[in-house]
Amino acid sequence: MSTLKNFTKGIIKENPVLVLVLGTCPTLATSTSVLNALGMGAAATIVLLCSNIVISALRNVIPDKVRIPCYIVLIAGFVTMVQMLVKAFAPALDQSLGIYLPLIVVNCIILGRAEMFANKNKVFDSAIDALGMGAGFTLALFLMATIREIFGNGTFAGWEIPVLIDNHISILTMAPGGFFVFGLLIAAVNKLGKHKPKKKDFGCEGCPQAGACGKTSCDEKKEEVAEND
Amino acid sequence: MTKLIIILLSAVFINNYVLSRFLGICPFLGVSKKLDSATGMSLAVIFVMLMATAVTYPIQFFLLDPNGLGYLQTIVFILVIAALVQLVEIVLKRYIPSLHKSLGVYLPLITTNCAVLGVTILNIDEGYTFIEAMVNSLGSGLGFFLAMVMFSGVRSTIEGSDVPESFKGLPITLVAAAITSLSFLGFGGVIENLFA
Repeated sequence: MSTLKNFTKGIIKENPVLVLVLGTCPTLATSTSVLNALGMGAAATIVLLCSNIVISALRNVIPDKVRIPCYIVLIAGFVTMVQMLVKAFAPALDQSLGIYLPLIVVNCIILGRAEMFANKNKVFDSAIDALGMGAGFTLALFLMATIREIFGNGTFAGWEIPVLIDNHISILTMAPGGFFVFGLLIAAVNKLGKHKPKKKDFGCEGCPQAGACGKTSCDEKKEEVAEND
Repeated sequence: MTKLIIILLSAVFINNYVLSRFLGICPFLGVSKKLDSATGMSLAVIFVMLMATAVTYPIQFFLLDPNGLGYLQTIVFILVIAALVQLVEIVLKRYIPSLHKSLGVYLPLITTNCAVLGVTILNIDEGYTFIEAMVNSLGSGLGFFLAMVMFSGVRSTIEGSDVPESFKGLPITLVAAAITSLSFLGFGGVIENLFA
């Protein structure tokens, strides 16, 4: 795969949020304003880049059986660093992201890329993959935040928009609006996508534990447990 | 006592983890297809939330804070939760096989559930006492349970309905989640006024 293709796949073809449907929690929660969305995107991208590079470099050192705990510790370390940097240099952003900043640790995108890409590929490729995925994540967040902030608050990155400021639909910036706009965006991606809209669902493919669990669906796993007993 | 009830009720209804704080969306959308798996998953979440709070709260106040290691919170908490989930699974398998049968499948999935890490960190951030923290965890777990069970009912209705092609699957589920979340918005302000 060429480097360019490796980079752009994260933005369009395999967009982590709109196509792979990973990292839904921060997407819904931090897309209330454009600045929050960009901050979250940048923080997650930095963590993703660092973790992909380190995991890829250590891919022959980390024993296969304990790889998931190792990844989680590495990711948690980078998240703590980013958290401290944000606290020191952008305290306002730290205030508005709140709990979602430490929760980057459990963002499926980061563990998912470690499991799906970084532990099988060279350091350089993994870094490019991380940048592409990070850009895709940020772009999706930006898109959602733009819709929610313009129509829900009548502003764009803090600037007031003449007509909309008096006629804003404030429900869009609240919780239900997040679900609604996300649903509409995914429907739009389904419609615009060249491939036939495959029935998108939350399944084990998206679950970061899939590697450890090895089942294609949770029901299948349940049957297996039932048989073992 | 009143404060505890307020914490419990607002964790269940107002600050519902799934529908207003957006934590634990993955299991909410992934496991809510059938009622029995939705129930199993939420019971496991309640259980792990309570256990995780009972363990992480003392760690924060007796181990991290006195030694000036507060910044290690994220790393320590996620490790403790991961270890705890494994331990609980082993213990359940050995001593209470019937419970393991119904909850066991969901336990490993909970390690990376942001609702569990979220509740432990929020308990510290909000400055709750130990009892309040436990009540808050219980309320959060119950709120998750309520949302899951309600939503699995909503989804079984969607299954059989005629949906536009591009909305099939996830998009219509999200739109339904928006409406479910809208219904929870109505609870805002109710609880404080109840005891005022």
